[in-house]
Amino acid sequence: MALKFKLQKKDSGMKKKKQALKKAQESFLQDLFRAFRKNKLAVLGGVIVILFLIMAIFAPFIVPHDPYAVEIDLQFYEPSSKYLIGTDMFGRDILSRIIYGSRISLIIGLIPTLISMIVGTVLGMIAGYYGGKIDYFIMRLADIVLAFPSLLLSMVVMYTLGASLLNIFIALSVVGWARTARVVRSQTLSLKEKEFVEGARAIGVSKQVILLRHIFPNCVPSLLVLFTLGIPEAIMSEASLSFLGVGAQPPTPSWGLMVYRGKEFIFSAPWVAITPGIAILIIVLAFNFLGDGLRDAMDPYMKQ
Amino acid sequence: MGRYIVKRILGAIPILIGVSLILFILLNIVPGDPVALMMKEHISSDVVARVRAQMHLDDPGYVRYFRFLWNALHGDFGMSYKLNRPVASLLLNAFPNTLMLALAAAIFSWIVGIPAGIISVVKKYSFIDYFFMGFALFGVSMPVFWSGLIMQYIFSLKLGWLPAAGFYSPICIIMPAIVLGWSSAGVIARLTRSSLLEVMGNDYIRTARAKGLTEAAVLVHHALKNSFLPVVTIMAIQVASLLSGAVITESIFGVPGIGRIAVNAIQDRDMPLLQGAVLFATFLVIIGNLAADILYSYIDPRIKYD
Repeated sequence: MALKFKLQKKDSGMKKKKQALKKAQESFLQDLFRAFRKNKLAVLGGVIVILFLIMAIFAPFIVPHDPYAVEIDLQFYEPSSKYLIGTDMFGRDILSRIIYGSRISLIIGLIPTLISMIVGTVLGMIAGYYGGKIDYFIMRLADIVLAFPSLLLSMVVMYTLGASLLNIFIALSVVGWARTARVVRSQTLSLKEKEFVEGARAIGVSKQVILLRHIFPNCVPSLLVLFTLGIPEAIMSEASLSFLGVGAQPPTPSWGLMVYRGKEFIFSAPWVAITPGIAILIIVLAFNFLGDGLRDAMDPYMKQ
Repeated sequence: MGRYIVKRILGAIPILIGVSLILFILLNIVPGDPVALMMKEHISSDVVARVRAQMHLDDPGYVRYFRFLWNALHGDFGMSYKLNRPVASLLLNAFPNTLMLALAAAIFSWIVGIPAGIISVVKKYSFIDYFFMGFALFGVSMPVFWSGLIMQYIFSLKLGWLPAAGFYSPICIIMPAIVLGWSSAGVIARLTRSSLLEVMGNDYIRTARAKGLTEAAVLVHHALKNSFLPVVTIMAIQVASLLSGAVITESIFGVPGIGRIAVNAIQDRDMPLLQGAVLFATFLVIIGNLAADILYSYIDPRIKYD
């Protein structure tokens, strides 16, 4: 009887501890949210990003015209009430093409960034935790990748694989993993000396579980910032590659490609090249605001 | 100090070898026969075989890599498929143009970025601070190819002040340099601001203020020098971003530099030229990073030669 009572008491104690832990986690997120909300630019960036997501997802329902429909007699229509920002050299509605282009920018922003984050995190944790030869090998590889001017390296990859949207994923992932690996490695190095990791090691937790359950969750905040700031970089790289003719191919409504195709007509029909560029500028700016805000919100020393 | 420099230089050698190896692998697994690409016309198979043998294309990969490395060390990067001239001389002819453009862009970014960062700190959290920092983020987020077009539209077509493209007189460098330096200026302004803000929170700044120095004297004599450390490093690291940007800027403004060579080489599928251009550009980046490391340890002797 007495034993049972004791057990119950212990159980409720554990529950309390768990609740307290949950509360601490919640308040971390609340803190983050509070600090974030104070930063007006970051909130603005977040709102624009959400609008951008809605635009990309519901593109087929909000475009006023067919983005691929070629109408030669509608060539270079100036912005008007029917074609809000005019038509291009094939008489296609530019607004519709920009709205469809947001899907490409979204995919390009998310997928290669996600791939390079995963690869970089795994390699960075292995390098930092295991050390020795494998650390040396992974980090020298990262040094080599980071030594290339990033645009030139992705151009070389596109040269080898051929210009297409899918190959841009590969090109950007090849270039992108190295920086994540460096950040994650340095965090792993300092985390593995912490008491809680030592404790886990002492009770015989396997290396894989330590990496997954103890090291990885502590890397998440900086990974989140790296991810948010990696998206605009990927969008910009895709636009640059497409602008140089080694990225997306016509008639894909990629924003970079639209600027490239429109630049011949910059003097006669400037809206063709300029408007997709404004779209790039806005979305990249919004993600940068958001990423900056997240970074400041997570850094307790930056908080005023 | 001397030992540190030697160590850094030796440390760059494996990176350079790795860069050349990765570049070689990437460019030599390209599907398609370079000889057939060169010839274009229908040509008998034994001529193709003879040319392949002449170019040592049938040797095993590692033999070709070591030959490439050996020749590159002797300044021989092969012949351009398209232009049929030595890659090394094409690159050396283009290099001064890229160097001039990058230097002009860097200077522009310093004379805009550093004062903007300082003013932002002096007028902290004022309208002008937000204006400058908003502008800096704007510069970082603006696609280089797009701002180049806008500049051409305004200053060449509408105002007629500057030539739209070409590279024949010093005036031609103004637009490409501003376009190229714009985002660097943003980076430098942001870095100057955050670094100076950090320094301004130190105890010795409070002491300087307490002994009655004017705010300007505190800034000039106590804060600025200490806040320039990260800024100076970023200046050397800029080489990489300037070279990446130069690829686009040179194509827009028709500057005959390394970047345009690389873009044209891709369009012409001219492998040796592309290989040479990328290797050369990466070499410059490695030198830039090395210079940054050495400069950093020179300015801040606390960085020890571990």
